[in-house]
Amino acid sequence: MAIESDLVTADMVDAAEFPHLAVKYAVHGVPRTVVNEVAFVDGALPEAGYLDEVLKGAGLAAGG
Amino acid sequence: VPLLREEDRTAIRQRLEGMVQPVRLVNFTQELECAHCRETRTLLEELAPLSDKLSLTVHNFQIDTSEAEKYGVDKIPATVLVGDRDRGVRFYGVPAGYEFASLLEAILALSRRDSGLAPASREKLAALAAPVHLQVIVTPT
Repeated sequence: MAIESDLVTADMVDAAEFPHLAVKYAVHGVPRTVVNEVAFVDGALPEAGYLDEVLKGAGLAAGG
Repeated sequence: VPLLREEDRTAIRQRLEGMVQPVRLVNFTQELECAHCRETRTLLEELAPLSDKLSLTVHNFQIDTSEAEKYGVDKIPATVLVGDRDRGVRFYGVPAGYEFASLLEAILALSRRDSGLAPASREKLAALAAPVHLQVIVTPT
């Protein structure tokens, strides 16, 4: 997604290396995707479903 | 002792033959008080020579602060992937285990200058109007 869109940035964050972030984002299972610091998507979803959840999380779902 | 065994190197070299355009890895590290900085740097130093389209730049996080700011790197070890330009892909922590596979995939996609996403996904992303920052929290094992 980050490669596709200039508006998207993607950080892969190792929970073991940065335990304070795992606590901050209440990570109990991985992968957990944090969207704009406020929304979460849990699990490894297929592309289309994952993108929809991310956009929903960002409050930016195209077409509403 | 190298982190990548000879058979790993052979497999990675074959995988990276799929690279089309150059990709640069930008590593932020420091000598002290960073649990896995050395391991990350060593891994990248072993990876970069496995393709002539792959290169590595290493920055000291505490000294090269302007570079860290430029890439928005706020913690280490950090690895920024730069294709034709910075597309906003970063790995924080050692990119080992599953993350190593993700790293190779990201390198290949950046090298093709193509996300590889489905047409419907591209359309939705083209309609974005505001920045989206994703942090994918993972464990490497």
